[in-house]
This record gives sequence, structure tokens and C-alpha cells, in this order.
Amino acid sequence: MGAEAGLAGRDFINALDLTRQEYEALFPLTDEIRARPDQFAQACAGKVLATLFYEPSTRTRLSFEAAMLRLGGRILTVADPQTSSVVKGESLADTIRTIAAYADLVVIRHPKEGAAQLAALYSPVPVVNGGDGAREHPTQTLTDLYTIRVYKGRISGLTVALCGDLRYGRTVHSLVSTLSLYPGMRFFLISPEELRLPEPLRRELEGRGAVVREMEQMAEALPAADVLYMTRVQKERFFNEEDYLRLRDFYILTPERLRELKGDAIVMHPLPRVTEIAPAVDADPRAVYFEQARLGMYVRMALIGSILGVI
Amino acid sequence: MLKVDPIDQGIVLDHIAAGRGLRIFAELGLVERGIPVALLMNVPSTKLGRKDMIKIFGVLDLDLTKLGLLDPGVTVNYIEGGAVARKVNPGLPARVVGLIRCRNPRCITSTEGYVPAEFHLVDRAAKEYRCSLCGDRIRV
Repeated sequence: MGAEAGLAGRDFINALDLTRQEYEALFPLTDEIRARPDQFAQACAGKVLATLFYEPSTRTRLSFEAAMLRLGGRILTVADPQTSSVVKGESLADTIRTIAAYADLVVIRHPKEGAAQLAALYSPVPVVNGGDGAREHPTQTLTDLYTIRVYKGRISGLTVALCGDLRYGRTVHSLVSTLSLYPGMRFFLISPEELRLPEPLRRELEGRGAVVREMEQMAEALPAADVLYMTRVQKERFFNEEDYLRLRDFYILTPERLRELKGDAIVMHPLPRVTEIAPAVDADPRAVYFEQARLGMYVRMALIGSILGVI
Repeated sequence: MLKVDPIDQGIVLDHIAAGRGLRIFAELGLVERGIPVALLMNVPSTKLGRKDMIKIFGVLDLDLTKLGLLDPGVTVNYIEGGAVARKVNPGLPARVVGLIRCRNPRCITSTEGYVPAEFHLVDRAAKEYRCSLCGDRIRV
């Protein structure tokens, strides 16, 4: 089935590196892995995945590592570059070439935008972007698309409300770009003016036929949304602590506010959350963000297996 | 009116926007090449009102990518045997490598200096280029 996805030996740097058809090919494979995990338990035996993380991460790194372990492969990890030759001033190009000598696939997260693309230029083995600065987080997009498909049964024609930091939130950038490949999409972009979606990206979405509306308040979007995608205001993207603190609590989803949302809508979040979703929301059946994190592991299993050409 | 000897073989850069000739002269490294060169500035022009011109004697190769970036409106006249053999309007290059620095402080090129920044033209009318690594757009 991986051959059907056509991903063997390929990098995955930007969400739009994959066509809609290639995403669609990964979803049934993920369904199959979830349904019959035992059949895939040795799919990556003898293969090594390296995770090179220059920024903190819980979900992305661990879900990649869990995915590889569940496929019977092994992992090498640089979770803190301060313990590696980076502190000696080694270039990213040299680091990636060295790591690629030990591994069959490298996942990299880096605070600088374009770092994964650069790594792919120098790496002889496939590179997957685990997040580069405020730019892209394509495997989160893969996770998000799969989650929407699982809960809503389709992606086309949905109304997706995205709320919070739409300017620096890389998951948002990757997600809306990819969702706009589907017909009939409607986006409600809820953010304070300072954190609006970058203008060129908004133009891209409209250019692909999506309906885009920007607003500052959640109230207008909630009754119409099929998917409410909450995001964290990311402290690490701000140069100024004062601006961060002012914008952090701009939107807080509470059980009261959730009453405005449709009964069959879902609430998603790439996690980690800070204050933007009250813990009391977690019990609501529409809150799927922890399941979203779990599905992310399965969809990464499908991705790893496909890139390594073993499933 | 200034008079400069006609060229038998070489290049005449015509229709340079007035005042831009000096920068083009420097950026093309014409001084360093040690060849006879003439820079004319603020020459009357029916097309532009005023223009700059550069005459390069005895040389027929030039970096058109760089030139197009510096002034997309320039006309490059290749002179052979005292006559114009061909004219080229370089325009804005579709791809530029190593000539523009990415201005995004979060771009990986800001810390990994060995990487030649590569830009692709995304909007000719707006003269907008996109960094191939970080995706940031700049206007030239």
C-alpha cells in the first residue's frame, strides 16, 4: 500500500510536497495499521530512524519514535543539541550528513525557517520536517487531516474555524494550505489583528477557491463551524514578553462558549495548550485533541513505512 | 553632448534608469576586470527623459541575471564588427542564486552562512521573490 502512496525515498518538508491524492493514499493505510497493528509490528525491522530536535517537543518526537518502535524499527535521538557537536559550532549540513550515515530516515525540528529544507539538500537519506520555526509542520497537518477524516467522514466542503495565533502558528499555515486543496472549503480565521494569517497565505487560499473570512471574535464562527481548531500563542515566537502576555489570554474556550458550537462539530488542538482551552472542556465528547495526538502516531507509522518503502 | 568612441567589439548597456549606472558599474565588477569602460550618466533619452549608459570595450560576456536584477529595463546591445549583432532585454530573472540575502531574521540562512540563498520570482509586476528555504517574500 505504501507503494500506492508513492512516497518511497522522498522527503516531506512542506505540507504541499504531497498532493491531495498522496494524502488520501495514506489514510486507508493508517486505517489498516490501526485495525491490525500486529501485521505491521516488524515492518521496519532492521531500519533506524534518527530524530534530531533543536527545539523542545513532546508529541512530535515521541510519536515518531513510538511509531518507529511499533513498526519494529530502532531509533537514534538528539533531543538536546547542547549535548551534541552543535555546541562546538558544527554546521547543520555537517550534522545532518553525519546522522544520515547512521540512519535510514531523519526527522528534524529546528527553530529556523527552512532548516528542514536545508537538511534535505545535504542528506543522502530522506528527511521529514518535524517543524521549522513559524513556517511548516507537515506531519501535524497529516495528523489533522486524518483526524478530520476519522471524525467527519470527509474533508471537502467543511467549515473550519481556526482560532488564536494564526501568524506564527506553523501548524495553522501547513493545515490551511493543505485543506485548501479540497473543494468547497470555508475558513473562519479568528485572531487579534497582530496575529492574523500572513497576507500572501490568505491570498493563496482564496486563489484555490476557498472562502476566507477574518474576525476577532469567536461568537460569529462557532455556530457554523464543523471543526474548531484552537492554537496556542507561542511564547518562543515573540521577541517581546509584554506582547506575548497581552495576547496569550485573548481567546479561552470554556464549556459555556462551547454551547454555541454545533453538536457534531469537533474541537482540535495541536497541543500543547496553555490557557486557550479550559480543562473543563476536556470532558466534552467534541473535544478530540488527545485522540488527535494518538491518531498522529498511527499516521506517522503509515508515513515512515511508506517513505522507507516497506509497507 | 559627451562623445565616446564607437565600439568595434563589446557591449553597450542602454536604457539604464538615470542614476542607477554607477551601482551597475560597481556590481558588475567592471573596474576589477581592467578593460576599457565608459559610464555615461544623465544622457538625454527620448524614451526615458534621462538615462545612463555603459560601454564595455572588447568583452562579450556579462552576468545577465545580475543585470536583470539591478535594472530589468536595461537593453544589452552586443556589438560585433562595429554593428549591433543582437539586442537582449534581460528582465527580472526567474531564479537568483547567491545575489540576494534573505531579510527574514528567522531564515536558516541567517545562521548557516555557507548556504547560497536561492530566490524564485513569484510576482513579476510587484518584483517579488520568494526564498527557496524559508519561503519569505522580498521585493527587489
